[in-house]
Amino acid sequence: MDYEAVIGLETHVQLKTRSKMWCGCPNQYGAPPNTHVCPVCLALPGVLPVANEEALRLTLRTGLLLQCEIPARAKFDRKNYFYPDAPKNYQLTQYDQPSTRNGHVEFEFNGTLSRVRITRAHLEEDVGKSTHFERHSGVDFNRAGVPLLEIVTEPDLTSADQTHAYLNALKEILQYGGISDCDMEKGMVRCDVNVSVRPCGTQALGAKIEIKNMNSFSGVRRALEYEIPRQIAAVRRGEKLVQSTRRWDDVAGVTEEMRSKENAHDYRYLPEPDLMPFEPAQDWLDNERASLMELPLARKQRLMREYQLPAGDAEVLKNNRALGDYYEPIARLSKNPKLLANWIINNLQARLVEIMEKEKTEQASLGLEPDEMKFTGLADLKFKPSDLLDLVEMVARGALSSASGQTVLAEMVASGKAPSAIVQSMGLAQVSDAGAIETLCDQAIAQNPNPVADYKAGKEAALNALKGQVMKLSRGKANPAMVGEILQRKLRG
Amino acid sequence: MVSANIDVAYVAQLARIHLQPDEKQKLESQLAQILEYVEKLGALDVSGMEPTAHAVPLVNIARPDDLQPSLAHEDALRNAPRQAGGLFIVPKIVE
Repeated sequence: MDYEAVIGLETHVQLKTRSKMWCGCPNQYGAPPNTHVCPVCLALPGVLPVANEEALRLTLRTGLLLQCEIPARAKFDRKNYFYPDAPKNYQLTQYDQPSTRNGHVEFEFNGTLSRVRITRAHLEEDVGKSTHFERHSGVDFNRAGVPLLEIVTEPDLTSADQTHAYLNALKEILQYGGISDCDMEKGMVRCDVNVSVRPCGTQALGAKIEIKNMNSFSGVRRALEYEIPRQIAAVRRGEKLVQSTRRWDDVAGVTEEMRSKENAHDYRYLPEPDLMPFEPAQDWLDNERASLMELPLARKQRLMREYQLPAGDAEVLKNNRALGDYYEPIARLSKNPKLLANWIINNLQARLVEIMEKEKTEQASLGLEPDEMKFTGLADLKFKPSDLLDLVEMVARGALSSASGQTVLAEMVASGKAPSAIVQSMGLAQVSDAGAIETLCDQAIAQNPNPVADYKAGKEAALNALKGQVMKLSRGKANPAMVGEILQRKLRG
Repeated sequence: MVSANIDVAYVAQLARIHLQPDEKQKLESQLAQILEYVEKLGALDVSGMEPTAHAVPLVNIARPDDLQPSLAHEDALRNAPRQAGGLFIVPKIVE
């Protein structure tokens, strides 16, 4: 019998706010332990939480980006449990009235469109960070009270690779929307993965196994690549799987069962009496909706449609939002948007990488840490986007060879001068004058009898050698298409 | 009617309260009385009322996303029974 996996995810994402969820301590990674704490996030007696309005806004914005319903009323509840990283002995979360629910995410996978339903995206608070020593544990509460969004999917995923693709799509949406930086290294995204197996074609779900606290997308993929076959093998052996929680051991590459508690979790949720409910006003929601950016996938599809870009180019411009934003305004004015995309993706990016490498070396020699380094970006370029447009149009209409175009671009990056001025001062204008090219072709034919003989004997490739000679004679300025045509005509005739 | 056999031991365990056997018995009857009292609300007809978690008619109480000073590090740790390396030191608990 064949089996299939059924996978659902709970993804926790730290929101990009200045301050924490209930107090004015900084929401900032990397500070010395317990320096971003106050009576509220340490839960000292007598304190009251006051909600961060930006965190609420980002939550609703996420809901809109994930095509969720926004219920008229949301509230917070206390989830009671005892663990040293939760200073209040409860976590504030949205239990039965979340801010958003019933949405979906669409993404490309294996050449088709996948859709994963989003059960809910609710707002809660992060807890402190424990470090375990030989005999004791240490707790740092800098992270306690950081606004955390929990995004829960329906069990709609079916493979490790598809799950990985979903996570990347989700991350891209959240980064595009300015919801979260999603920096995995800084623990801004963590996942719990629910996975079960069932015979193909059946509907009932198998025993749900949860893999907790994954902090990398590749880890999620590898854990599933291990866990799904493990469950299938167990079921085939006739074992009965039971609902349980496992941990992924990244070094050993296995999941292992966590010590199960005597009592199942019983959180005794109760409404938080210190926080009033939240009812987003309709006009406020309408405004947010109107200011939403286009979803990454929609942008890719539109770039392919409007500018006839190949999928690969559209993908690059989707993945690199700044590059896409640089491209679009000039693409609208361009007669050759495909060629323009090509120049931005290949030539302009290559220049930027070159500059960055140079700046990296310079700044490293000044003793700067990688975090503190600043690099020239698209916005810092000395020339205007419309100059790049002019350059590409010149190449497109044959006024400039592609190779000369590269030289012009390098000069534009260096001096910020307009391409037409550079072409003139460097004498790079492409020669498309048939008479002049004919003279050069005659010269090349006279000087290279061997390739001429080869070509006439049927060796097509010999034409390239002759073309190269003509280009050399013209110092790279002859229009290569015309050179090819004229040479062919002369040699055949 | 409220069940008289409320599981006091379980609730106490959830709350990390250690009870003596006689306390357990006493609390069992007291809690039953309290629940019975609350149960009286069940007699009211609330079919026309919206459920709410709050009696105060206030919504959308929030603050701007601005920074406020945190506690000085020494003050934050002042009441910690144990500290080391800037951390609150607690008994080792691994889930």
